Amino acid sequence: MADPMRIRAVARDGVVNVKVLMAHEMESGQRKDASGKLVPPHFIRNVTVTHQGKVVLSAQWGPAVAKNPFLEFTFKGGRKGDKIIITWEDNKGESRTDESTIN
Amino acid sequence: MKLFEASNLGAAALAIVLSAHAGDDRAKAVEMMKRDFHAKGIAGMDRLNEDGLQALCNRTHNQPPREIAERMERDQIEAIKYPADGKIMGDWKSGERIAQNGRGMSWGDGGAGASGGSCYNCHRIGPNETSFGTLGNSLFQFGKTRGSGPEIQKYVYGRIYNAKAFSLCSHMPRFGHSGTLTEQQIKDLVALLLDPDSPVNK
Amino acid sequence: MNRRSIKLSVFVALAGLAVACAAQAQKKEAAAPNKKAAASATKDAVTAEFEKFREVMEDASPAELFEARGEALWKAKRGPRNASLEQCDLGLGPGVLKGAYVRMPRYFADADQVMDVERRIVHCMVTLQGFKAEDLAKQPFSSLSRTPDPVLLVTYVAGQSRGMRIAVPQKHPKEREIFGIGREIYNFRAGPWDFSCATCHGEDGKRIRTQELPNFTSKEQAIRAFQGWPGYRMTGGLMHTLQWRLNDCFRQQRFPEPGYVSETLTALLTYMGANANGHVYKGPGIKR
Repeated sequence: MADPMRIRAVARDGVVNVKVLMAHEMESGQRKDASGKLVPPHFIRNVTVTHQGKVVLSAQWGPAVAKNPFLEFTFKGGRKGDKIIITWEDNKGESRTDESTIN
Repeated sequence: MKLFEASNLGAAALAIVLSAHAGDDRAKAVEMMKRDFHAKGIAGMDRLNEDGLQALCNRTHNQPPREIAERMERDQIEAIKYPADGKIMGDWKSGERIAQNGRGMSWGDGGAGASGGSCYNCHRIGPNETSFGTLGNSLFQFGKTRGSGPEIQKYVYGRIYNAKAFSLCSHMPRFGHSGTLTEQQIKDLVALLLDPDSPVNK
Repeated sequence: MNRRSIKLSVFVALAGLAVACAAQAQKKEAAAPNKKAAASATKDAVTAEFEKFREVMEDASPAELFEARGEALWKAKRGPRNASLEQCDLGLGPGVLKGAYVRMPRYFADADQVMDVERRIVHCMVTLQGFKAEDLAKQPFSSLSRTPDPVLLVTYVAGQSRGMRIAVPQKHPKEREIFGIGREIYNFRAGPWDFSCATCHGEDGKRIRTQELPNFTSKEQAIRAFQGWPGYRMTGGLMHTLQWRLNDCFRQQRFPEPGYVSETLTALLTYMGANANGHVYKGPGIKR
């Protein structure tokens, strides 16, 4: 089971700013290990963020995104105390879901 | 050579006398380092033993008394090993590679001859390398501004071989004296700086 | 490729990523506050962008992922004694973590020694949990496949001093003594290249290749002995502590190798750290 995400969500004037750090190897599949073999690709493919059942962000990533990716975005209509749920899913079918309360 | 060693010892003796009072922390520091360090790869514990020059520079905070400095510099100039064939300039293309190469002499590297000069770590040199350090002065256009005749060639060779022969407590390593660079490598660096065809002088 | 262009391209990559997200992410421009006079030179604008980028990175650095793992390790019952580290005394009492990191290195009566944070944590792992010091010293530095436990714990403890003022104590005679020894070691030129720490880190405004060299003898710049450490290195995604940094310095100085968490390193950390007293520590950092 992958390490938990670190999520910070702050609401101001009806706009919520979300910062999330994900723990993931994000292997592009292009890198060679010490013995010269290609390290197989292992990267997050989808990120979905929901707020009160509604999808507020949907992202499709590829191997260009760096290890331990940091994502920041804003959405309208969230308030302090509300929960947001973030899910990522990778090319191996592994996934991780974490939730956070908006501050 | 004999003169160099004799004045080396004299300098060390003088330095020890000068530093009698400051020595307490230093003595403890040396003892602590000898206890805590261990040899690794080609980096042996002998490296912690100060030679005469290091001892003098360490005890005088890199500001040795003038007469001693001048004498030791003269001795070291006499000890510089110039190429036997009298040819001092080598190949600047090879010189550029040597200047770029930061490997050698550490516990993760090979020893003498397997090293580069790490020149770009400290100096600006060629026109196309923007990743240069500022610990040393700029060498850009060195030959163009200072000429490239036999006198200046000898000077540059000597400076790379043993920078301390020109400024006793200089930051710059003694690349020839320490066995870091071979004679050919130093010739190639001289060419990098002085050859009119070198990009440094264009 | 120099540091500036790497930073710019990473910033562009992050910016590009934001744009690539699907349209359901809604953005709202914050109302423009009173604008200051436009910056005069292009250089200022570029510098401002780098500042903004650095703030973003420091605000949510991957170091936090390692802090979180360190916290779990701190609280878990582990080792032959099946104990947690919650009774470990970092100088402010058993288990008191807030403000401990910025008050080290310091003297510990139970060991009758001055210790830096990593040395103290290893000490606690040995005395409280029953781990062997020799085992912890075997592979103490992070690699692509592994982050050692002390590194995670140091990162956690460091995070607990986020926003606090550095106050390395110089009260106990041993604290003062080791400061003086540290200063001597800092200035000790030796080895085939005649390098001391001060050769590179003894003057203002110098750099090696494109890497700035903080002058730790200066009270202004000594903050870098704390700020940025422990640091998440983007190249490789590695977490490194000052034990790693000092080890790597001695390698590049062409010295033999200093022992992991040895007194020599505590001496240097005391000298540089105390010079930084008064500055505010912002927590674990991020590096290229």
